[in-house]
Amino acid sequence: MNIKEHIAKRVSKELHEGDVVNLGIGIPTLVTNFIDTSKIFIHSENGILGVGKSPSKGEIDMNVVNAGKKPVTIVNGASFFDSSFSFSMIRGGHIDVSVLGVIQVSGEGLIANWAMPGKAVLGVGGAMDLLEGSKKIIVATTHTTKDGKPKIVNKLRYPQTSLRKIDMIVTELATFSFDEDGIYLKEIDKNSSLEEVVKKTGVKFRVK
Amino acid sequence: MNKQITTGQILQIFKDNQTIMVGGFGIVGSPLTLIDLLSKSEAKNLTIISNNLGEQGKGLGKLVINKQVRKGIGSYFTTNKDVVEAYNKNELEIKLLPQGTMAESIRAGGAGIGGFYVKTSTGTSLSKNSEIRNIDGIDYVFQKPLNADIALIKAKKSDKLGNLIYNKSARNFNPIMATAADIVIAEVEEIDNENYLSPEEIVTPHIFIDYVIESKGVE
Repeated sequence: MNIKEHIAKRVSKELHEGDVVNLGIGIPTLVTNFIDTSKIFIHSENGILGVGKSPSKGEIDMNVVNAGKKPVTIVNGASFFDSSFSFSMIRGGHIDVSVLGVIQVSGEGLIANWAMPGKAVLGVGGAMDLLEGSKKIIVATTHTTKDGKPKIVNKLRYPQTSLRKIDMIVTELATFSFDEDGIYLKEIDKNSSLEEVVKKTGVKFRVK
Repeated sequence: MNKQITTGQILQIFKDNQTIMVGGFGIVGSPLTLIDLLSKSEAKNLTIISNNLGEQGKGLGKLVINKQVRKGIGSYFTTNKDVVEAYNKNELEIKLLPQGTMAESIRAGGAGIGGFYVKTSTGTSLSKNSEIRNIDGIDYVFQKPLNADIALIKAKKSDKLGNLIYNKSARNFNPIMATAADIVIAEVEEIDNENYLSPEEIVTPHIFIDYVIESKGVE
């Protein structure tokens, strides 16, 4: 299992039977490999409720894709609907959990996941809507950037996606949650140590 | 009532400076035959309302290469490099909307709603120049409706009257765009001019559809 799958597997433990879950592009999409998609209902903002596992080559139907425009399958009881109805589900508070990737997340729980400074801001997709409307937000991300810099930081250096604060961060090293005093460490991965987590996290955190 | 028209008749509908809604999420549910016709028309200086401007060289991407588009209104353009390049050269204006806000603007446009307040994008750079209204303690952004001269949509099947059903997740923006434009042209995979679709399965009732054309394979 690679690092991304490892993170996705840990996220899957936070999801429960009956939950309606939206999975962002990247690591979050991998979560379908670790859950029973007939009992946890995956919503895709392009208009599907009831996304299943990735298709085998023979099963690919280019009219059944997820928000990352990748082919997916559907489960029994799935439905298709238009984009405005799909976002009514999102903004209207009908999604229990959204799992999102990030560029950065702050110690207060604010995230940046849509725009890079210095580059033309030409894409937002459904990121802001998902943050606004989902009951719970889990960030699924590698602990550091490709060049080893912390993704969990004191202050966002990239444009924030919403005023809404997230509820949980899952990385390959640790799991963090938030309470009224801000971020705290909930769990250290068995392959890591408190020392490593402290070293690779750009913000002070409590251990709880 | 036969709504089928020829490609020649469709070409006469396209004019300079029009605002055109185009269905699809990336290429999925995109009316590729109609887009191909538009790319072969003389129409330029167009405003295109669509989630994306196709992919590089595909779908609406062809119009970008032809420099037929003056402005794009949508939610995600980053994956088409030609769009980014045209934007950086000031050849293309972009209006970025959160995807849900965009969908609801089109729905409002088709439903006779003069605008709405939405929480999405409050406190971000996208709402910098928007009217903010506090309703019961929560800040909302005002958003105007979107309408167009023409909507180009893609469906799976049309019946004798022009009622439509869609193909799985290729539905996306198509049904709402069908409600929000003066002229609506549906590109469908199967035209059945002999029968009626079942009332329970119809997604877009025929009153919204002006013309129907059969989908042809487009590269």
